[in-house]
Amino acid sequence: MKIVIKNGRLIDPAQGVDATLDLMIENGKVAAIAENLETTGAEVIDASGKLVTPGLIDMHVHLRDPGYEYKEDIASGTQSAVAGGFTSVACMPNTSPVNDNKAVTLYIRSKATETAVANVFPIGSITKGLKGDSLAELGELQQAGCVAVSDDGRPVVSGELMRRALEYTRPLGLPVISHAEELSLVGDGVMNDGFVATELGLKGIPWVAEDAAVARDVMLAEFTGGALHVAHVSTKGAVEIVRAAKARGVAVTCEATPHHFTLTDEAVRGYNTNAKMNPPLRSEEDVAAIRAGLADGTIDVIATDHAPHHLDEKNVEFNIAMNGIVGLETAIPLTLALVDQGIFDLNAAIATLTAAPAQILKLDRGSLVEGAAADVTIIDPQLEWCVEAAKLNSKSKNTPFDGVTMKGAAICTIVGGKIAYKKK
Amino acid sequence: MGKSETTILDTSGVNRALTRISHEILERNRGTQDLVLVGIRSGGDHLADELCRRIAEIEGEAPLVGAVDITLYRDDLGSRGSLPMGKTQIPFDVDDKRIVLVDDVLYTGRTIRAAMDALIDLGRPRSIQLAVLVDRGHRELPIRPDYIGRNVPTSREEEISVVFDDAMLPIEVRLVKAAT
Amino acid sequence: MSFQHKHILGTEQLSREDIELILDTAESFKDINTREIKKVPTLRGKTIINLFFEASTRTRTSFEIAGKRLSADTINISASSSSVVKGETLEDTARNIEAMHPDIIVMRHGASGAPHYLAERIDCSVVNAGDGAHEHPSQALLDLLTIRQHKTTLEGLTVAIVGDITHSRVARSNLYAMRTLGMNVRLVGPGTMVPKGIEKLGCEVYTDLNEALEGVDVVMMLRIQLERQGKTLLPSLREYASLYGLNPSNLKLAKEDAIVMHPGPMNRGVEISSYVADGPQNVILEQVENGVAIRMALLYLVAGGSEGEV
Repeated sequence: MKIVIKNGRLIDPAQGVDATLDLMIENGKVAAIAENLETTGAEVIDASGKLVTPGLIDMHVHLRDPGYEYKEDIASGTQSAVAGGFTSVACMPNTSPVNDNKAVTLYIRSKATETAVANVFPIGSITKGLKGDSLAELGELQQAGCVAVSDDGRPVVSGELMRRALEYTRPLGLPVISHAEELSLVGDGVMNDGFVATELGLKGIPWVAEDAAVARDVMLAEFTGGALHVAHVSTKGAVEIVRAAKARGVAVTCEATPHHFTLTDEAVRGYNTNAKMNPPLRSEEDVAAIRAGLADGTIDVIATDHAPHHLDEKNVEFNIAMNGIVGLETAIPLTLALVDQGIFDLNAAIATLTAAPAQILKLDRGSLVEGAAADVTIIDPQLEWCVEAAKLNSKSKNTPFDGVTMKGAAICTIVGGKIAYKKK
Repeated sequence: MGKSETTILDTSGVNRALTRISHEILERNRGTQDLVLVGIRSGGDHLADELCRRIAEIEGEAPLVGAVDITLYRDDLGSRGSLPMGKTQIPFDVDDKRIVLVDDVLYTGRTIRAAMDALIDLGRPRSIQLAVLVDRGHRELPIRPDYIGRNVPTSREEEISVVFDDAMLPIEVRLVKAAT
Repeated sequence: MSFQHKHILGTEQLSREDIELILDTAESFKDINTREIKKVPTLRGKTIINLFFEASTRTRTSFEIAGKRLSADTINISASSSSVVKGETLEDTARNIEAMHPDIIVMRHGASGAPHYLAERIDCSVVNAGDGAHEHPSQALLDLLTIRQHKTTLEGLTVAIVGDITHSRVARSNLYAMRTLGMNVRLVGPGTMVPKGIEKLGCEVYTDLNEALEGVDVVMMLRIQLERQGKTLLPSLREYASLYGLNPSNLKLAKEDAIVMHPGPMNRGVEISSYVADGPQNVILEQVENGVAIRMALLYLVAGGSEGEV
């Protein structure tokens, strides 16, 4: 099986390549990158006017499998991924049972081998059962294939336990992903603490709940020398804390989601439960800070926090609706919109979705260097399309972007040399 | 499409009708003892005031006068939408009174039905009589006026309009036809 | 003019003309409440369901009386006896009720936005009888009617609303309506009870009660509920009473003819001293009386609205 992708604008930030080049794939590997490649015996894809990038990596996805297959499973979640141009996803451990031991990790991997259309990299939990009492078997989790550990969905409340997690994982080279929230400040808040919450009479989650927790975890990373990755930063303060830590040389990285750099808490008006997430949509000022963080590289990664929920869990009163939205299929246009707005250039944008997450999770992905696994995404940056929630590939349809016209989409997603998705 | 208007009662005609009705009311009720005039808003209340004035001129003694708003007693809420409400002003006991309901135009009788219900919710009058300036026919309820200014046969497409001057004195009654 | 709202979800959506129409209509209904036969046939044949997911005696009774005096069939469903405890969703509850063809659902719910949720999903009219910390429109309207009866014109009056503004739907509904009518609103409470950015709604925020009371025409005290609002907001009720309680001496700072209001139920000795609660300036029972008239007006206006209007 041989594929030649011709005449595309090939962008591979890991190699510093940005040029009109052909790409040849053979036996599941990148065989060559050059001009005017011979196409004899190959399937030819004309990528004129398109972008050809390393397969995108989403390092923050909830596949809901095992346990919540009514929301999503490994098959549907990876179908959603490839439709959104992602060839690899890292899946969070808040499943049922929790991915806090190697049996669950091995289950995820074997089910992925059977049913997934994209690469699935499990993330193990930091603490047993996400309970925050004691460390999960972090060494075995890594051996079984976990690429990071996180209690995502909940913070590690005990500072001591977070310290120990960072100390324990440091020699293993296993990154710790922090879901940073000071719960006593979150209280029973359901949206950003601000004017909109005041008007709607909804309880607020103040920015300081995130900033305080990010500050603690960043300091613990500095203190222990462990590798910390801060998930879904949503506040100006969190960006500033990470920026300052990086300047001091602390081994900290962080990610932002498309919704946090696109929407503000104004989206909640009308008690829209598809604008309910954790961390919540913040203020205009926070959105500007996230964009500035992406612009100057403080924020390393764009990750979607793809969080599928069943209609029944969203079609309820706002304060009891579940947190989160699906994100895999809208990430490309929302990221390209930032490029259009001049926040960062196309190479930097692609890096946040490829080289950066690969480097943090130590994946041998995210680059089109010769001999690498042939994960490739072909993007039409000009294609305009309207988001139709009902037509998403994910099992769940909880998106705040239903009916919104976006520009840019994956038109072909190749995983391990095989075409996993082709836009009709 | 235009409208054509015919005068049915001019100012002197209105005057004569009101004077006659005043006399008839006094004759039938043998004076102003326990007599109450209640005008139906809006239109009838001004007529009631005018009848009261004339009765006082004739008799030297004015009857009690009040006004009733029938909005809450209508049978067409919903099809008409909620209407702005006037105030019912009957600042006296209606028990054992001889009440003369006053309206400008009598048509289906539904307004009178509603006004009678409103009065009865306020007490138990000895009798209720009905005075109208114009009876245009087309009754939908068994209601018959006791005092009539003028009988005017009409078609349902026509309208009767009672014109008041600035002091809210009735000066003219017109028949309005929608010309085809 | 006629009333264009199918639902009454809050005072935020009401124009000056809407509010004036409601107050004028309520004025006409007041007479009915004092005569011997306290009933008119206006809503005969209409069905009103009072769907209360939160305990409430005053508001529920007031709506029930209002419905009955208009001759509507009024049915009360309270959360304790409803299927909510069986885990039914609000949408299913609403649909089941709607299948019985009510004309109006009057709803009280602990979740902000619940009546909006309902209104989007069912065909009949929804009247909000209080949703979470969001709005309580009938309370604000009865407050305005009471103020109007004492002050004749509302525009230009200054009102101090005192208490837990953050958790108060009464404060929000009053604020929206009073701003629409051109009144000046001062919100007063301890730092823990004044929500972020509320001054953007066009009011002044005070943390000192004495300053706030200076020269006001109306003082509106809110109920303090420590058990509900959380122990972290206040050191003690004792301190609250001494710093934010209304008493005869601080009331002197208001205008001489200022009126004192309370949506009830009162905590005597906490937010309001009995000398004030029973004093000559209190209009608290007039508020309750006006509540029935306001709710009659709302039910009447909503029931009369034709389809397709909002």
